[in-house]
Amino acid sequence: MTSPLCLRGGRILDPARGIDRSQDLWLDQGRVAGWGEDAPAALRSRPDVEVIDVRGAVVCPGLVDIHVHLREPGQEDRETIETGTLAAARGGFTAVACMPNTDPPLDERPRIEYVVRRAREAGHARVFPIAAVTRGQLGEQLTEIQDLIEAGAVAISDDGKPVRNAEIMRRALELTRDLGVPVIQHAEDPDLKGSGVMHEGWVSTRIGLAGIPDVAESVMVARDALLAEMTGGRVHIAHVSAARSVDILRKAKARGIRITGETAPHYLVLTDEAVETYDPRAKMNPPLRSARDRDALIEGVADGTLDCLATDHAPHTEIDKDGDFDSAPFGIVGLETALGLYIKALVEPKHLTLPELILRMTAKPYEVLGRRGGTLEPGADADVTVFHPSEPWTVRASEFKSKGRNTPFEGWQLPGRVLLTIVGGRIAYREAAEAALR
Amino acid sequence: MIGNRKDLLGLEELSAEEIISILDTARTFREVLDRPIPKVPSLRGRTVANIFFEPSTRTRLSFELAEKRLSADTVSFQTSGSSVSKGETLRDTARNIEAMGIHIVVIRHHASGAPHYLARHLDAGVINAGDGAHEHPTQGLLDIFTIRERRGRVAGLKVAILGDVMHSRVARSNIWGLIKLGASVTIAGPPTMMPAEVERFGVAVAKSVEAAIEGADVVNILRIQLERQRGSLYPSLREYARVYGVTRERLRLAKSDVTVMHPGPMNRGVEIAQDVADGEHSVILEQVTNGVAVRMAVLYLLAGRDTPAEAAETPTVEAKKSHDEPTLSPRG
Repeated sequence: MTSPLCLRGGRILDPARGIDRSQDLWLDQGRVAGWGEDAPAALRSRPDVEVIDVRGAVVCPGLVDIHVHLREPGQEDRETIETGTLAAARGGFTAVACMPNTDPPLDERPRIEYVVRRAREAGHARVFPIAAVTRGQLGEQLTEIQDLIEAGAVAISDDGKPVRNAEIMRRALELTRDLGVPVIQHAEDPDLKGSGVMHEGWVSTRIGLAGIPDVAESVMVARDALLAEMTGGRVHIAHVSAARSVDILRKAKARGIRITGETAPHYLVLTDEAVETYDPRAKMNPPLRSARDRDALIEGVADGTLDCLATDHAPHTEIDKDGDFDSAPFGIVGLETALGLYIKALVEPKHLTLPELILRMTAKPYEVLGRRGGTLEPGADADVTVFHPSEPWTVRASEFKSKGRNTPFEGWQLPGRVLLTIVGGRIAYREAAEAALR
Repeated sequence: MIGNRKDLLGLEELSAEEIISILDTARTFREVLDRPIPKVPSLRGRTVANIFFEPSTRTRLSFELAEKRLSADTVSFQTSGSSVSKGETLRDTARNIEAMGIHIVVIRHHASGAPHYLARHLDAGVINAGDGAHEHPTQGLLDIFTIRERRGRVAGLKVAILGDVMHSRVARSNIWGLIKLGASVTIAGPPTMMPAEVERFGVAVAKSVEAAIEGADVVNILRIQLERQRGSLYPSLREYARVYGVTRERLRLAKSDVTVMHPGPMNRGVEIAQDVADGEHSVILEQVTNGVAVRMAVLYLLAGRDTPAEAAETPTVEAKKSHDEPTLSPRG
């Protein structure tokens, strides 16, 4: 058993309960034991308490990322559950939901059980597996959804690919409607995407790369909104990238449709201009879009149309991400840069307050998954993130815990320096330089 | 030297002065080609590798000929598949080139940006011989050279570029070069083959092929790249020929002394009618001849960058004026 922890003198943000207060936070036996003077006296007088001075830092519920690729089983050269959760902890995340597009995909109970077991053995953060919607993610035959959920799956998705067949999407929504889990859709019409590798616009025209129009995403968002309305099921749109999609989500929510959405940091800080040098590190799907799309996404986050903030952490090997743009795989890593990028994109320009940002990275993603979590109320899981909101740090891919080095943010100076990540009362990451804790 | 560059990757990044210096140099080499022994020693001792990751006949022959006319040592390599199917990464290709001590690499690749990758990783000069749908700078230069020789100028000319602009690297290089030199460019073709926001190149987009041809000094007809098409871009070749094919009748809308160009290989009877291809306005074979001279100029200017002494031996002393041209982005 780990010793009790006292995080001394930090600014505690518990946005789900509207609290922003400087106080000591006490953790014991994997739970939040109490705040300041309200912590049990017996605990406060124990000699084995480890006291960590976190004055000047923010203490908040552990961040949760509902969209990562841990690549295990089958693609361990890109990432493993161990390295992926280490990266999560370094980025301030105490929980991640991993997508099923592994090799083989997470489409049968033993595979979900495998991820749960590996996470228990080697994980540095909580791992919530997401099961496939269709067997082999081939889009043809539904998986045994209830069995997979009983085994530990928190949602279903064919991410990496869309659920293309509207009939199958309808049935998936019907079958999950009463189970409390969402169908997470990688919204993309494969025909409209064609052989595209980047956003279709002036930049793709100029540099001669095949474009992916924004409507490739938006038509499927619209279709799924209608299917969710018809079935009463709950659909969550992964990695929203286009202004038109934000518009559809906003209107669908106003109609009372059970639809939610997320975006990823790169869509808020980069545009298709980042592709101009043919750098495969700027290649992801959906692609970086226009400045107009970026602005609409920020607006959608600000007004709550986009419920939560994820990363779509997608590690690839250096060899795969080297060479020409066309043949490089889609995807970039995100766990170790997300907090800083979100503060830079949303808090510094005052689109969100810091507590609002934390809410979108804690309680909101839990809510999307239909789970409780993301608060520091006494009795809650002792999942805590401590970070310095404004102290700058420099992104160095060589320092990543992730096996993936494929980031377009190399050399960027970011705010949001993570000092400490605690999962279930155990320290999962502690920044080496104690001095930074002051 | 072209400015201070070690590479020629596209016309977008060249200044008008740099383009003109290449064209002036090419004129000198064009004269060399008419000599009884059309060969100069400019690139003696230099090694040029022609690496074609995509099938090509005329561009590769044209480069090889240009290299031989300059007395360079040349090696050529062509694969119809991709570099990936060969099992070698572009980085390894680059390392091998470096290890062989090659001075200039002429590369054609199916992926836009592949020459840029090599240029970043190599000390050797890189000449883009066509990358994906991006640029084909020597084709653009030879087209503009041909226009300039034929019509005496480029500025103020009305040039129509017709066909599949979306997939055409020839179109992009022509557009950049022509606009920099002051021509006015109108494009026309099926709406499905006009890339997004194409007007931002500074071109006019005509609603019909007739409207684009009207009053044109030059009509440049793009090859309809059947191998690049997906089924949905146009219903049929028959329909294409009917609506967009350049026929003698349509050509009457142009200036009476219009210059008709095509980068080849032609689909006769599709984008260009037989009698237009072989008609009195056609300069299509002249383009081919000029291509050798233009490629000699580019090779000479890039390969000569390290060896001013050797370059001085060549009969193209006046072309060396280009050395003093202002530069846009110095190397390094």
